[in-house]
Amino acid sequence: MNIVVCIKQVPDAAEVKINPETGTLIREGVPSIINPYDMHAIEAAVQIKEKTSGKVTAITMGPPQAETALRDAISLGVDEAILLTDKAFAGSDTLATSYTLSKTIEKLSPDIIICGKQAIDGDTAQVGPEVAEFLNIPHVAYVRKIEDIGEKSIRVQRLMEEGYDVVESTLPVLLTVVKELNEPRLPSLKGKMAAKKAEIKKWTAADIGADEKDVGLKGSPTQVKNIFAPEPKKDRQMLEGTPEEQTDALIKKLMELKCL
Amino acid sequence: MPIVVDKEKCTGCESCLEVCPYDAIDIKDDKAVINEYCQMCMACLPVCPEGAIKEIQEAAEEPTNLEDYEGVWVFAEQRDGTVASVAYELLGAGRRLADELKTELSAVLFGASEQEANELIRWGADKVYLCEDPTLKHFNDEPYAGLLSSLINTYKPEIVLAGATPIGRSFIPRVAAKLRTGLTADCTSLNIDSETRNLLQVRPAFGGNIMATILCPNRRPQIATVRPRVMKRNEYDSNRTGEIINVKAEDLASRTKIIETVKEVSEVSVNLQEADVIVSGGRGLGGPKGFEMLKELAGLLEGAVGASRAAVDEGWIPYSHQVGQTGKTVCPKIYIACGISGAVQHLVGMQSSDIIVAINKNPEAPIFNVATYGIVGDVYEVVPMLIKKIKELKGK
Repeated sequence: MNIVVCIKQVPDAAEVKINPETGTLIREGVPSIINPYDMHAIEAAVQIKEKTSGKVTAITMGPPQAETALRDAISLGVDEAILLTDKAFAGSDTLATSYTLSKTIEKLSPDIIICGKQAIDGDTAQVGPEVAEFLNIPHVAYVRKIEDIGEKSIRVQRLMEEGYDVVESTLPVLLTVVKELNEPRLPSLKGKMAAKKAEIKKWTAADIGADEKDVGLKGSPTQVKNIFAPEPKKDRQMLEGTPEEQTDALIKKLMELKCL
Repeated sequence: MPIVVDKEKCTGCESCLEVCPYDAIDIKDDKAVINEYCQMCMACLPVCPEGAIKEIQEAAEEPTNLEDYEGVWVFAEQRDGTVASVAYELLGAGRRLADELKTELSAVLFGASEQEANELIRWGADKVYLCEDPTLKHFNDEPYAGLLSSLINTYKPEIVLAGATPIGRSFIPRVAAKLRTGLTADCTSLNIDSETRNLLQVRPAFGGNIMATILCPNRRPQIATVRPRVMKRNEYDSNRTGEIINVKAEDLASRTKIIETVKEVSEVSVNLQEADVIVSGGRGLGGPKGFEMLKELAGLLEGAVGASRAAVDEGWIPYSHQVGQTGKTVCPKIYIACGISGAVQHLVGMQSSDIIVAINKNPEAPIFNVATYGIVGDVYEVVPMLIKKIKELKGK
């Protein structure tokens, strides 16, 4: 099986703090990690490779620093890595990102493409299904179990609101995966060595034959108009006094609300 | 890059560094330089005392016949033939948008009956595009995406709304990609810019730490998804009439096949979404033991236990309890947040609760911005006292 994993480098959400005065983010000193859901995508790809033999290629689009995410992926068992980096990609929304990834994947002609269900910085969950559409292949989102992989088809369980569906798809297919799918391994010593030595290919818009009007800002139909911190509530009431007085005041409120 | 610093004018005062939410400005050789983290949010433009930061207007994309598109659509998802409640909520939001645009509100319904279509009209739709084909009874990405795209191409609505449910989040991106248009996920508010007719789509951005207004100015339709329990329903009008347009499905071929559907409803999520009282805990609890205490309090108030993403990520409580952008959206009568700082991604999952009580050590915690009643204090002091006093009250 020839497998492609799409990953994204994101700031570690647990470390992001807000400046209470300005309501803006403090990104200084926040470490970058592989998007947590993509860790499960990598694990799934490596497990399939171990069972069926073949090759796993990780791809990511991002600034030059994203190379570290790809080296981390190699330490986890990925064979090859491609970094899509080009000034022309700056300002991409999900549509432009999906187009760019799909042009890259076309060159690799994989049997299975695996993505995390969403990235924790944008939380849109759009790129996976959009890539599948650009490639004109089927996709299954929210995969929580891979039941069976055949020569030409795959059977998986996808998470739904009130349970799950068992879905069979032809290959090639794109899967987006949830945390329940597996437990990502830790990097092995051999993996760490490989990651150090690996050559990370760097591809530009020209390398993937992307149309310049479909990438980056130009290829992005959505625009951020402005950003802002949420408005504070106006009728807020702070309960003052000793902890006991505060507790009594709260109980009084709860009784007024007929909660007690 | 469309945002640039005029090196001649820049004095290296660093005013722009403080307002940049993305850490996208560096100082090199005493001059500000925009780096690749820039999201073009424009926050730095007005703060520069020298007017040295500018947006370079790239030749804007030619708008694609925007005036050919008219009307607001709601994709009404159904499960087992019954319309999901998120569809009625979207009709509430869609009605407001359509009235503002002085246009029609239509619903699109696949795999259900005329009876359900009539319900959509009573909840505010003027028209329903109905495809009763039994193949569409169970959700499958390719036929759903194919049929919805073809209807959009035929009837050209300017706005399409769908639920941010496992179904909507799976196939709506395919529709957007087919139509080469913009899609904004998980909107928390939708409004119209009266000058341009553009849809102003507000959603949490950047890990849910801040809100962003997103536009799709040059392509149509503008597509947005909204999570359940975010928008308010309209009044139900049993006398309301409208038009049902039966549509034929042409090509329902699919490369994915549903073999089996298994129901498996977690008791926790039902409790969370139906409870009148939710007692929720965050990082401030410091460990799994804190949740034992919250369970006791929730039990006394006949409520359910929720949690922030931080507490779930720490492994103190299962994901099924998570409230927020990547967990559940809840709106109980009373939400008691204990040791939750109140990141935007949590707030968007609970801020429509009727009454919010916040207990937190840090008086600066953003949770107090949305609280009805705030207590600055140690959860390990306040909550046990609360439990003791409620027990005494109940004992009487």
